[in-house]
Amino acid sequence: MSFSISLTVNGERRNIELEDPRTTLLDLLRERLRLTGTKKGCDRGQCGACTVMVNGRRVNSCLALAISHDAAEVLTIEGVADGTDLHPVQAAFIAHDGFQCGFCTPGQIMSAIGLIEEGQAGDDAERVREGMSGNLCRCGAYRGITEAVLDARKLLAKAGRRDAA
Amino acid sequence: MNVFDYLRPLTISEAVAAATAPGAAYLAAGTNILDLMKGGIARPDRLVDITRIPGLDRIERLPDAGFRIGALVRNADLAHDPDFARSFPAVAEALLSGASAQLRNAATVGGNLLQRTRCGYFYDAASVCNKRAPGSGCDARHGENRLHAVLGWSESCIATHPSDFCVPLVALDAVVEIEGTSGRREIALEELHRLPGNTPERESTLEPGDLIVAIRLPGGAAALSGHARYLKLRERTSYAFAVVSAAAALDIAEGKIRQARIALGGVAAKPWRARAAETALAGAVPSEAVFRRAAEAALADARPSGDNAFKIELSKRIVARTLALAAAGTPERLPALPASPFSSVPGAHHAA
Repeated sequence: MSFSISLTVNGERRNIELEDPRTTLLDLLRERLRLTGTKKGCDRGQCGACTVMVNGRRVNSCLALAISHDAAEVLTIEGVADGTDLHPVQAAFIAHDGFQCGFCTPGQIMSAIGLIEEGQAGDDAERVREGMSGNLCRCGAYRGITEAVLDARKLLAKAGRRDAA
Repeated sequence: MNVFDYLRPLTISEAVAAATAPGAAYLAAGTNILDLMKGGIARPDRLVDITRIPGLDRIERLPDAGFRIGALVRNADLAHDPDFARSFPAVAEALLSGASAQLRNAATVGGNLLQRTRCGYFYDAASVCNKRAPGSGCDARHGENRLHAVLGWSESCIATHPSDFCVPLVALDAVVEIEGTSGRREIALEELHRLPGNTPERESTLEPGDLIVAIRLPGGAAALSGHARYLKLRERTSYAFAVVSAAAALDIAEGKIRQARIALGGVAAKPWRARAAETALAGAVPSEAVFRRAAEAALADARPSGDNAFKIELSKRIVARTLALAAAGTPERLPALPASPFSSVPGAHHAA
């Protein structure tokens, strides 16, 4: 028996026939929609490499059944830049050397975007580290990641004030 | 992962009817059951997805100043609800000390109650486990067991319940609302989880088809909000299960403890209410000696189940320290590292 679901992925409506209800959101993004920016690390919710935004909140796409997310809005790393202009968090990761091998980076960036939108960490490095603890980086680029998140948050807060004015 | 039938009912009664069938399991966020299914530890024939049932995702303040929390409320939403966190700060602190931000955004409060143990032998299909295969034996009993139970365990099973959320809940007399084949009923959270005895495969008092629809916190517990903390010792700073944790809430008036609530996590197959310790504190003037006495009472029946005798002394210290923190008063804002006894900045003073 097949199931049809509809997702909005990076702003684009996608109707998908699912042959198998076991498909995770992660496998759907990578294997069916060919959005391979989202990485499969542990596939068990322990590393954060698969982090995407679902309905505006960061989640582990490896521990989400695609079929249960019918009608959801999904944002992946492929959807965060504005054309050729990088998202401020992407730019900050480059400016602060927030990565080495790059495998965890899409998950780190999606998690950082989620963290900044949640608004709990502010400019406190300790709260940023705690809020990013669901994303492992085996190269150990944590210092650069924390600096990038703090810097991007400051930039986005300033831009937000400009937009409001 | 095994093949399963997928059903998405739109009402509670349809869900209960669908989940009463043998081999059926409920699916909410799936953060625990999908992990178990990927490891072949859980093999449900049927998943009953309850995420589209309306009305289960509400946080309601009750007339008695208590709260009713729908089973589908996400952990993060409850922890960051300002009204709720003001009334039940130890519950918010426990929630924010659990898992990662991504998991807290997805995981539901109902699912949190029913999450399975993280005993490594339960998760390893190559090991014997009385929980997975009744009567097969327990590889944890003489294996790597330094993190296992020190209270309420049996020769059949020494696993612990991993929830942080349940620890302050059980201390504060939380009630679980359940819909089953014979209608609605409610039980104290303390009665939900079972100790292993000879039947460790029976982890809760729920019957087939029973659906947790809400958790209620009585308003009386809100009187303890000025002196309420959760403390959780982990093997790394963040994103780890508790080695030992404790929740403490005190009602202090005119320098004396009128009422105390204490529970422990990571020590037994259920969140462990420490009533003897509460009694030891009633009427006492808060002091280090009094808190240590209460901690001794809380662990009076503890015995090691393996290489974990250290957890008994550790639990006493965590109970005494949680009581001291609670007596000092609930902080205005949660510490940067919720429930942590440490700061990740070397040499820095830490709010906890």
